[in-house]
Amino acid sequence: MEEKVKEIIQQYRGDKSYLVPILQDVQREFNYLPKDALCAVSTHLSVPISRVYEVVTFYKAFSLKPKGRCQLSLCLGTACHVRGAELIAGNISDILGIKEGDTTADLEFSFETVGCLGACALGPILVVNGEYHGHMNIAKSTKILKKLGKKGASDDEQD
Amino acid sequence: MMSKIESFDELKSLQERLKAGRDPKKPCVTICVGTGCLAYGTQKLVDNFREELAKRNLAEKIDFRTTGCHGFCERGPMVIISPEKIFYQRVGLADAGEIIDKTVLKGEVIDRLLYVDPATGVKVVHEDDVPFYKKQTRLVFGLNSKVDPESMEDYLAIGGYSALGKALTGMKPEAIIQEVIKANLRGRGGGGFPAGWKWDSTRKAKGEPKYIVCNADEGDPGAYMDRSLLEGNPHLVLEGMIIGAYAIGSSEGYIYVRNEYPLAVKNINTAIRQAREAGLLGANILGSGFSFDVKINRGGGAFVCGESSALFASLEGRAGEPRAKYIHATDKGLYDKPTNLNNVETWANVPFIIDRGADWYAGIGTENSKGTKIFSLVGKINNTGLVEVPMGTTLREIVFEIGGGIPDGLKFKAIQTGGPSGGCIPEKYLDLRVDFDELTKIGSMMGSGGMIVMDERNCMVDVARYFTNFLVSESCGKCVPCREGVRRMRDILVDIADGKGREGDVELLEKMSAAVIDGALCALGNSAPNPVLSTIRHFRDEYKAHIEEKRCPAGVCKALITYSVDAEKCTGCMVCSKVCPTGAASGERKKAHTIDPAKCTKCGACRESCKFDSIIVK
Repeated sequence: MEEKVKEIIQQYRGDKSYLVPILQDVQREFNYLPKDALCAVSTHLSVPISRVYEVVTFYKAFSLKPKGRCQLSLCLGTACHVRGAELIAGNISDILGIKEGDTTADLEFSFETVGCLGACALGPILVVNGEYHGHMNIAKSTKILKKLGKKGASDDEQD
Repeated sequence: MMSKIESFDELKSLQERLKAGRDPKKPCVTICVGTGCLAYGTQKLVDNFREELAKRNLAEKIDFRTTGCHGFCERGPMVIISPEKIFYQRVGLADAGEIIDKTVLKGEVIDRLLYVDPATGVKVVHEDDVPFYKKQTRLVFGLNSKVDPESMEDYLAIGGYSALGKALTGMKPEAIIQEVIKANLRGRGGGGFPAGWKWDSTRKAKGEPKYIVCNADEGDPGAYMDRSLLEGNPHLVLEGMIIGAYAIGSSEGYIYVRNEYPLAVKNINTAIRQAREAGLLGANILGSGFSFDVKINRGGGAFVCGESSALFASLEGRAGEPRAKYIHATDKGLYDKPTNLNNVETWANVPFIIDRGADWYAGIGTENSKGTKIFSLVGKINNTGLVEVPMGTTLREIVFEIGGGIPDGLKFKAIQTGGPSGGCIPEKYLDLRVDFDELTKIGSMMGSGGMIVMDERNCMVDVARYFTNFLVSESCGKCVPCREGVRRMRDILVDIADGKGREGDVELLEKMSAAVIDGALCALGNSAPNPVLSTIRHFRDEYKAHIEEKRCPAGVCKALITYSVDAEKCTGCMVCSKVCPTGAASGERKKAHTIDPAKCTKCGACRESCKFDSIIVK
């Protein structure tokens, strides 16, 4: 892990002002920001761990917890909101049994809501592992979860 | 790889050569691959076109170009066939072969791919005749459809970097600043501060080095014009920045771009690399002795980083917390050095002002707002997309003529401008001429140019709660009025929406708003109460209905509504009973259904699935 972090830091020539992009790259590598990786960033970039932690907890893009195998992001931008995205968020949370921003205990699903994806013509939008699903509605989101293998999404088990 | 361009003359002859090498009569297929269209799966269509062209050995005879966003996102994927400019919309991913065989080779128009003007029912063949485009002035944004964002040659062939050549070889820095002042270019990012004066202050400030920064941290939910410019025409933004740097006397620039915009990051990186190779960035640009380079920094996803001092903190690798601005950024900004910050669209306007002159530019727009503005027209609107109009265009023209009005025959209720710092504008102001000052007068603002249209089924209390909630989660937490004040305001709004509103809540919200406006540290906090104040100002009755009658007239706030079935309209098709997750909706086939309020969770699944509009929400 430490070697990988060193490599990333070298790409930015050890420039401390690139702390945020460095952490983004580290997160992409490990899917989240493990404690050891943060310590390695601190050591090799000569930035106190408290500063690293401050930055990590400040910006939304960073996660200190592992993400699920399947990542769902629902756009809650204004355009999607006025088209009823909050009802869809409620439906997904109910089916997965987690709140937005959380990951299921079996590490299968992560569900987050995001500011605006800027594809408003397609709103509401659900992104599943990077793939856009536009004109989302409650029934469609249930179907997608069912297809992804979430048992709770089948009607029989809901009762 | 392009060899280094040593002088303005060399640049001009290169432009001529590239232009001459392009036969305007040669057939060209253009496809929009902006993020919006890519979300439709357009990449597959692009691959199909390449494959089909290769299959027919036409790759040499027919030009094929992928471009950035054209703006008409509602109708993607879009294909334009030149030179006739035949416009195909909602193109199927497998339509490539047919388009080549019929339209490109034989000149036949494929009827089913044409746009139908919903107002007249007439099919439109040519791009310029589509009402959505016809009523726009696509000055800055229009270039998007003419260039492949990854091709510097494309940009040069349409005269790109001429303004830079003119500025570097024929104009003194002070003269450029005077030109921008005279054009009255105002910041497109939100504040509307005159860019020329900012440049002037930065130029005159003491301290070296001086920085210029491009703000591409477009955080307003519902606005994506900056992304589309950066994605679709990165060289235009870069050209504006280099001109600005020369005028200000800066040798180092930054572009701060959202990490959520991967395509924009990729395209601007490519453009910077190309500009360096061509000697348009780096030492001694065009032999003028002026040197300048640009670095990219990706943001961490914080709305507050659109604020200048927070943005600088983030560029320095710290948490993006703003500071009090007793000292302007033009004196002490990034690394405490004089810094000039403008947003993407502002920079993109600069080459036009230099190339065509301030007088020409100032001829567009209203008295105090010059030029055009790109708006993202989204929400409950038929033609979702990016539109560019001269300042002073009325909201009615934008919403109904360009936007095509409200879908599903519903009634217009309000338009929200300015993002979380702006406000909701009711129907009676539809004839307002949109510019910086007019919007501020009625309690909203231009912001970066988001326009979210709402219909009668949108609740204004809910919209205020939505924005306030957004601001609570985006508050950096440094100052108390924003961190605590906005949070308490949100709590009150949640109470009102939950049917727990008390008499005097509206007045309390107004009082708290005044305190937040006075006390918050940065522009984000100062403007946070705007969505609340503007909805109270224009929709006070709706607040009253929530508080006094415990009723949500628009049928949105869950605690105040019930779902029932209109027995007259219900056909007993049983769809609602199938989608209802709790078994609340039930009934026999071909007989009117009912909804059991005790079981109903108001999830909305029945209303969404009912084809006969028989679910009543009150």
